[in-house]
Amino acid sequence: MSVDKQEREPLFSPKNIKLLTNPLNKDNPITTQVLGICSALAVTVKLEPAIVMSLSVMVVLSAGNVIISLLRNSIPSRIRIIVQLVVIAALVILVDQVLKAYAYEVSKQLSVFVGLIITNCIIMGRFEAFAMGNKPWPALLDGIGNGIGYGWILIAVAFFRELFGSGTLFGLTIIPQGFYDFGYVNNGLVILPPMALFAVGAIIWIQRSRDKELIES
Amino acid sequence: MKFIRNILDSVKPHVQKGAKFHAFNSMYDAADTLFFVPNTVTKTGSHIRDGVDMKRSMFVVVIALVPALLFGMWNTGQMHFQSLGQEVDIMDAFLYGLLKVLPIIIVSYAVGLGIEIVFAQGRGHEVNEGFFVSGMLIPLIVPVSTPLWMVAVAVAFAVIFGKEVFGGTGMNIVNPAILTRAFLFFAYPQSMSGDSVWIAEKADAFSGATPLAELTAGNAPLFAGANLSPMEMMIGAYPGSIGETSTIAIIIGAAILLYTGVASWKVMLSFIGGGLVMGLIFNLFAVNAYMELPAWEHLLLGGFAFGAVFMITDPVTATQTEMGKWIYGFFGGLIAILVRVVNPAYPEGVMLAILFMNIFAPLIDFYVVESNIKKRLKRAKVAA
Repeated sequence: MSVDKQEREPLFSPKNIKLLTNPLNKDNPITTQVLGICSALAVTVKLEPAIVMSLSVMVVLSAGNVIISLLRNSIPSRIRIIVQLVVIAALVILVDQVLKAYAYEVSKQLSVFVGLIITNCIIMGRFEAFAMGNKPWPALLDGIGNGIGYGWILIAVAFFRELFGSGTLFGLTIIPQGFYDFGYVNNGLVILPPMALFAVGAIIWIQRSRDKELIES
Repeated sequence: MKFIRNILDSVKPHVQKGAKFHAFNSMYDAADTLFFVPNTVTKTGSHIRDGVDMKRSMFVVVIALVPALLFGMWNTGQMHFQSLGQEVDIMDAFLYGLLKVLPIIIVSYAVGLGIEIVFAQGRGHEVNEGFFVSGMLIPLIVPVSTPLWMVAVAVAFAVIFGKEVFGGTGMNIVNPAILTRAFLFFAYPQSMSGDSVWIAEKADAFSGATPLAELTAGNAPLFAGANLSPMEMMIGAYPGSIGETSTIAIIIGAAILLYTGVASWKVMLSFIGGGLVMGLIFNLFAVNAYMELPAWEHLLLGGFAFGAVFMITDPVTATQTEMGKWIYGFFGGLIAILVRVVNPAYPEGVMLAILFMNIFAPLIDFYVVESNIKKRLKRAKVAA
């Protein structure tokens, strides 16, 4: 049969590698797809919750992508959104329970935002745009890639906000006491959500001035 | 002038394209057009022949700011010595203030112009003079005790995110000077509000609260233990941001701006009107001392007069349509007094109101133009 003769694609073919690396820069979920902005504003005051949030989204996204990809041929298209929601909700509850069991403090800081991963547009977006039409392995790579793409923006913003807003990183004081004695004061605006928008905006600005293709005409 | 021309001409060959110091071309260009009106004239289409260009009209604003600046310097010294219980003559007070205010002006210009030059050079633009005005406005709207590094950080933020990202002078959505103050206010509230920041090196026992802060606390507009009379509010010898206290100095500036036609009288008048209306509404339903303050006294206190003359009238961020100017100014004044009285956390509502209206200006313009189009379409149909 002709199907059997078809050569198997290697696991890490150039096309598959692209699935992993594109979301880091050119196809970044936050800076170019402009999805998941709300959580980027909400959880980036400190580094620790930002990292936990990124990991949670990555887990939900990649696991969800694989499950949806496996089910893709048996989901009736009229109810596919409901099916996708059920999958996301199940995964989010799992993640939430794990966080409550093993990282209770962070889970308290993240509060509703873990639950709100269900409504994170990145996840629905990737299910619809990718997992519904691709095999499980590429879907897994796409999920991991987008998770990292989302994560690094979150971590970069949180690094900036925690350093200048609280003078700490991971809760450890970084700015030396001498600075404060000299009159340095932590920036209160950086802790407020608008500054996260400015930070994301600055990342988008740098990205587009390096890569002119991304500029909309 | 010949002397300056000679210097500029001798520098010119070195900064032309391909020459050694081309990197400094934008700086040369800025100096050249500052001293001399450029020789370029519009050659095609219809145009107005006038010697006034953007640099000249911006300078009118800087001149209009001078009375407020000079008074602010004297007031800085006067407040300082008064808090210590010393009597000094005018010159001593002025000199003390000069030494306190001048560093803020220098930092504001150095940081702002530095960033402008870097961006202009990077984009191949000429350096615009938009910052001449902003750089002078910024020192006038901050407390005199603001640390210089905070001024520098705030100016950098405002010039980059308020102006350069939108394409530089003339493209900004919000007023960079107001954005600077807003940044300072939210980033370093302890240096921008409270009783101790408005007077340089005051004595501890002396209350340096602004009249607005006293009002927020439920008192009358007190200063040095006594009620401020409307005349004293006019003159402005009380604590506050450097240039905002003296209504008289601001009125002189307003006269210059209106006489030369640089600022729109419609925006100014409607801003004051909006403030009066809101003040009267509060008078009607007064439940505390602040709400009972006569509406017109609101105009004399805090940054209201300064905002009405120098901030809301900024031609770049204001509405462009004539009808829009009335709406824009009116709601600016209304919101300014509303925020000031209702929200005790923000005694200076003028800043927030102007920022808010800046953002709405394009929308107001859009609807004014739309309604005009509709009106004229209707008329055309009736005629046909």
